[in-house]
Amino acid sequence: MSDTMTRPATGGGKATRPMIEVKDAHKSFGAIEVLKGIDLSVERGQIVAIIGPSGSGKSTLLRSINHLESLDRGEIWLDGVQVNAPLTGKAFERHINAVRQRMGMVFQHFNLFPHLTVMENVTLAPRLLQGLSGEAVRARAEKLLDKVGLADKAEAYPSRLSGGQKQRVAIARALAMEPKVMLFDEATSALDPELVDEVNLVMKQLAQEHMTMLIVTHEMRFAGEVADRVLFMDGGVVVEEGPPDRIFTAPKAERTRAFLRKYLRD
Amino acid sequence: MGLDFSVVPEYAHFLWIGVVWTTVLTVSAALLAFFGGILFAMIVLYAPRLLAWPTRFFVWLFMGTPLLLQLYLIYFGLSQVGIDVPALVAGIVGLGLHFAVYNADVIRAGIVAVDPGQNEGARSLGLSRAQSFRYVIIPQAVRSVTPPLGNNLIALLKDSALVSVLGVAELVHASQLAISETYRPFEFYITAAALYYLLNLLLEAGLRAVERKVEATR
Ligand SMILES: Nc1ncnc2c1ncn2[C@@H]1O[C@H](COP(=O)(O)OP(=O)(O)OP(=O)(O)O)[C@@H](O)[C@H]1O
Ligand SMILES: [Mg+2]
Repeated sequence: MSDTMTRPATGGGKATRPMIEVKDAHKSFGAIEVLKGIDLSVERGQIVAIIGPSGSGKSTLLRSINHLESLDRGEIWLDGVQVNAPLTGKAFERHINAVRQRMGMVFQHFNLFPHLTVMENVTLAPRLLQGLSGEAVRARAEKLLDKVGLADKAEAYPSRLSGGQKQRVAIARALAMEPKVMLFDEATSALDPELVDEVNLVMKQLAQEHMTMLIVTHEMRFAGEVADRVLFMDGGVVVEEGPPDRIFTAPKAERTRAFLRKYLRD
Repeated sequence: MGLDFSVVPEYAHFLWIGVVWTTVLTVSAALLAFFGGILFAMIVLYAPRLLAWPTRFFVWLFMGTPLLLQLYLIYFGLSQVGIDVPALVAGIVGLGLHFAVYNADVIRAGIVAVDPGQNEGARSLGLSRAQSFRYVIIPQAVRSVTPPLGNNLIALLKDSALVSVLGVAELVHASQLAISETYRPFEFYITAAALYYLLNLLLEAGLRAVERKVEATR
């Protein structure tokens, strides 16, 4: 007993702070309040899946974390840095550009640059932002393309790729900035069913490498497989959260049960 | 009385002067129209309202009124208030502004048509607004905008004939001068038409080369 009381704080001098922290996030579009006070924290190396019905605010939350949407109220923190820092004008612009470099985002519709080759898609940001030699950036991109299984597509244009290949390039493109966290907004929703697995596989691989990930998904099975924690959103609030086993087998809230009944039946 | 083109060679130098001035007019006005178009599009899209709204009004004014009237206004109107502009300059400015306005509309539409997801993809990587614009938005807009800008350029070449009313010895006016000495309107106007057609062919060949270059990556 006394042993517990005298034990020094874990982690020595460095306090363990969440990698992503959202505090009381509020966001309205016109008269519609889409986020009604969201709190969320993701620890380093943790994988959190966000599930919930269409229109519940999942994308808005993810986009707010990356400041593609700006909150009306509340705070977003990335590894101890406030994303929506109280800065204005050019100072904020510089700040947010720096913050976004530490956050990879993967979109439902890939958003690959169609006028650039796969290699150029992956190297554009590091080349512009990290001041590395063309060779170093290329070497990094080759490694990443190899990792997502597309080493042979480096010189292809996105229009020549399947949806699954496009999304894997998009993941490689985000990873090329060597981000601290990865945000996925329904990365497989736009894909033909037979192409979903190849993208999920890449995400699982990232999970094994302890990448911190926040994953919005409609795939309950995948969420159950990779997530440390599942968060159910509805109507702009987090209805409940917990380990996937508990959320999927013993949800507490009626709304969660109703949602899962519908999804697991489909 | 049948057509007799044998008088044409004797007055070929008139027509050559016409071709030269038509070329000078077209090239100068096209440059003004191109850069003016970019400028107006940027202002309409991104400038503060204080600048954007007057520009929009100006665009609307130039689109809604005849080029001929604009040329008269610039040349004779300005002269009335004591600003004497050489006819060639008035022609270049009138043609240039008129087509700058059409180009601005094409360029604005081309930029707006780029999927917003492209900008989001770029910004999410940490690119600045300017970098996203430069490396992601513009290259895509350039592709969709090149063919309609080319069409505007061809229209500009043909509309340069209107500058004849200011007394610039471009192809139409030069033909008129030859006709006033020979009383052979058919022969000279047909020859002028053929020359316009040749200039157009050259221009189209040039435009196709540009489009091929733009399309090269895909
Ligand atoms: N830019 C916007 N302007 C206006 N309303 C918006 C905007 N973006 C989202 N909304 C609205 O906000 C609500 C939440 O949208 P959001 O995209 O966050 O939901 P979601 O949970 O991601 O849904 P889905 O599962 O369909 O992707 C919806 O009602 C949507 O119509
Ligand atoms: Mg969504």
